[in-house]
Amino acid sequence: MNVMNMERNGLNNKSTFSAVSEFIAKNKIGFLLIIVLYSALFILEKMMPPSSMLFVVLKKGAIYALVAVSMNLLNGFTGLFSLGQAGFMLIGSYTYAIFTIPVEDRAAVYQYFDGGIIRFTVPVFIALIMAGVAAGIFAFFIGLPVLRLKSDYLAIATLGFAEIIRAIFQWNKLGPITNGSNLLKKFPSFSSVLFPFTVAGISIALIVLLINSSYGRAFKAIRDDEIAAEAMGINLAKHKLLSFVISSFFAGVGGALLAMYQTTVQASAFKAAMTYEILLIVVIGGVGSITGSVISSFLFIACSEWWLRFLDSETYIGSFKVPLLASGFRKVVFSVVIMVIVLFYNQGIMGTREFSSEGIARFFSRIASRNRKEGA
Amino acid sequence: MLKITDLKVNYGGIEAVKGISFEVPEKSIVTLIGANGAGKSTTLRTICGLVKPAGGKVEFMGEDITGKDPTSIVSRGITLVPEGRKIFPNLTVLENLKIGAYLRNDDISEDLKWVYDLFPRLKEREWQLGGTLSGGEQQMLAVGRALMSRPKLMMMDEPSLGLAPLIVSNIFEIIKEVNRLGVTILLIEQNANMALQTADIGYVMETGRITLSGSGQDLMNNPDVKAAYLGT
Repeated sequence: MNVMNMERNGLNNKSTFSAVSEFIAKNKIGFLLIIVLYSALFILEKMMPPSSMLFVVLKKGAIYALVAVSMNLLNGFTGLFSLGQAGFMLIGSYTYAIFTIPVEDRAAVYQYFDGGIIRFTVPVFIALIMAGVAAGIFAFFIGLPVLRLKSDYLAIATLGFAEIIRAIFQWNKLGPITNGSNLLKKFPSFSSVLFPFTVAGISIALIVLLINSSYGRAFKAIRDDEIAAEAMGINLAKHKLLSFVISSFFAGVGGALLAMYQTTVQASAFKAAMTYEILLIVVIGGVGSITGSVISSFLFIACSEWWLRFLDSETYIGSFKVPLLASGFRKVVFSVVIMVIVLFYNQGIMGTREFSSEGIARFFSRIASRNRKEGA
Repeated sequence: MLKITDLKVNYGGIEAVKGISFEVPEKSIVTLIGANGAGKSTTLRTICGLVKPAGGKVEFMGEDITGKDPTSIVSRGITLVPEGRKIFPNLTVLENLKIGAYLRNDDISEDLKWVYDLFPRLKEREWQLGGTLSGGEQQMLAVGRALMSRPKLMMMDEPSLGLAPLIVSNIFEIIKEVNRLGVTILLIEQNANMALQTADIGYVMETGRITLSGSGQDLMNNPDVKAAYLGT
């Protein structure tokens, strides 16, 4: 991206400021809601035991929300069907872990590789950005050849890339950096739910700003009709690459958060199944809806980690053993639920609409007017 | 303004355009008529850079633009209203128009007002998704979107396709109006009658070659054209 383009499409300083204040004024209720949400989280943490499942769901949900939104930027807003998300998350989580393991712990972590070759650490905040940048750099070089492909072929190529990355990171020769197929651990993690919420919140806000900018409009134009977009002078290759790199950047940040959440990292966990999970979240939430992705990722994590857990344990009512409830049944029910959603709600929860404060107001005024009509 | 010399284009493995030459003088309306598969669309797509030519030369305002990419061609002031309109269905009318001005970095509010004055219907539908417009409104949007780039030359690919006769004459009125405002127009049409009535200069294209040329009126009176395209 050259500087002239940035100046042209981005706003200059003065108008950025007025745009921001205008944006805040326009979204007063939204900002209020955000403040309420964060205070509620803060109070919840003071009141409830930290082992509560609620916090597992909130932490993992926030991380998945970020990754789902980043995937939606690519699949839903730019129309590029990519399945490389797990690969970029892997790059992000490894980058984070490698650069934040305290120097004194490296000997123990890299016990088979003489303590590794990297002998310094960087602060958490910088490591998070490095995680995104590393994923973005990989995306740039992969995107150059791969983004020439269309639809299914692009999906296959990116899926293949993710698998190759997973294999490479487990390669013994890279052990001094990646610790081979062994765990990376002892890097800083978070305990408060506010941390993933803040990082994911800021990242998602940035993605929303991008989508509402003229670049975002160009992405949507490419999604709607490539030929027409090209005829309008939109450089397809450049914009697709931009979207791919930015999406991967945030997937990398999401991967780093996931590493922090899990407290250990192992490449073998970043399977294609992880990408499918995220794709499901995007589809359930609505392809092309940011809020849809966020809502559905919390629902998805809550179901898979918490609400449907009881299906996995054998249950007796008196002496009667409830049939079917056994380890693994949760996944069966879950698959059925997903099938129902895809068959009957194929637009997802939100379609391409967004959840907004004006939307809520409209919803209630609609109900109110309906009630009035029925009353009359 | 636009000068095509011996343009050859291969498209989908066949030689779709077999060496054509023509000129579009400034502020004129020029039309290219011909049957399906004559190579008209390919010619337009080549001029705006969507297809790379196999040979020949495209000059615009004295500058060689052969084989340049669409971004640089659009920024030089050539715009295409594609066949079948190809508006962006999931973008609002306003967003569609803004995409038309994507390569411009100056203030577009004047142009937006101009387009809305030209097509008041678009102003009414500003917040509607492009895909929900009727065919005629979509054609207006496609023209409006093209005008947003403040073009010197507007190329139109079958603007009458699939529209009711009344709307078609409406569209041709708009074409004349836009031309009066100083935009040069290169129009390709199967509706030869309307196109020749509107155009200053016409060319007849058959299987990749230009077989006839002349003023719109001359061509309308040409017995071959009458028999083949006007059905009289």
